[in-house]
Amino acid sequence: MKVSIYRYNPETDREPSMKEYEVDTQGKDLMVLDILALVKEQDQSLAYRRSCREGVCGSDGMNMNGKNGLACITPLSQVAPGVLEGKKPLILRPLPGLPVIRDLVVDMGMFYNQYEKVQPYLQNNTPAPAIERLQSPEERAKIDGLYECILCACCSTSCPSFWWNPDKFLGPAALLQSYRFLADSRDNATEERLSKLDDPFSLFRCHGIMNCVSVCPKGLNPTRAIGHIRSMLLERGI
Amino acid sequence: MVTPVTSLGRNGLYDWLIQRVSAVIIGVYLIGMLGYLMAAGELDYGSWKEFMGSVCMQIANTLLVIAVAAHTWVGLWGVTTDYLTSLTFGKAATAVRLIAQLAIALALIVYLLWGLVLIWGGA
Repeated sequence: MKVSIYRYNPETDREPSMKEYEVDTQGKDLMVLDILALVKEQDQSLAYRRSCREGVCGSDGMNMNGKNGLACITPLSQVAPGVLEGKKPLILRPLPGLPVIRDLVVDMGMFYNQYEKVQPYLQNNTPAPAIERLQSPEERAKIDGLYECILCACCSTSCPSFWWNPDKFLGPAALLQSYRFLADSRDNATEERLSKLDDPFSLFRCHGIMNCVSVCPKGLNPTRAIGHIRSMLLERGI
Repeated sequence: MVTPVTSLGRNGLYDWLIQRVSAVIIGVYLIGMLGYLMAAGELDYGSWKEFMGSVCMQIANTLLVIAVAAHTWVGLWGVTTDYLTSLTFGKAATAVRLIAQLAIALALIVYLLWGLVLIWGGA
């Protein structure tokens, strides 16, 4: 099958280009990361991030035939119709909207800056109990679908609002984490958290197009979390 | 935290609410108008003028004109701050964005005043 990969080495290339490779999959429905390993055997200069190879570390987020996802848990048959059969090439590009360091490796700095802004840690100014802060099963259930995020950046880099304002709009990943702590019964910094979100950009630049939901490799729903924060802001503001 | 001086409510929640409420006003007006046109049958100038001249329609039209202006401003403010930025215009971005926003604001003020004159001018 044909594989077309975005190549860019800032030390030697004036501009990025797509390079074609031919890979023999022996008809198997391999994961995209396996294809990259086969390409790497042919061309040692190819750069990409990978670590756990099972969708847990979030290192190998990339754009596959126009859709973001994790290369390690995306089989060829799910990339696009015709790719597995070799009728269409597999097209791999870095995550959109972030500066490219080299080939498929992007600079995640802007993404992490926004993550840092939501203060993604438990804040509670009441005296700590002797053992631990307890939660009822119902309270614990409220953070299901939120804590599972692995920060792969597939969602934020598929969001046009994040592309245009990556310094002002927090992006779906950071907002999901923001709600993860707003929804946590052990956190009591709700007012401080909400007061940082009611400007026109941080949260309200989300127009609910749900690209984030359609690409999340963990099946999470940042749009719903953003809706919950919006409701909290509305209750607080009216 | 960003507090842009040219956004309508200078606050995301206000802008968001203004856009939703104005959308409801526009939607209700359109449905009402469609219902009237379907129920009214044959319309001539006299009956249309009488209908539009009623106090009820004058208030409805005023609400519509204000809602359209507010809705347009919030929407286009979003468009200008998305696309007329340093990513596309470099150092000239602030000037380009300010000029575009002033032009839009001027057009909307003219539209608003003109609309109010038409509705309440009694011509």
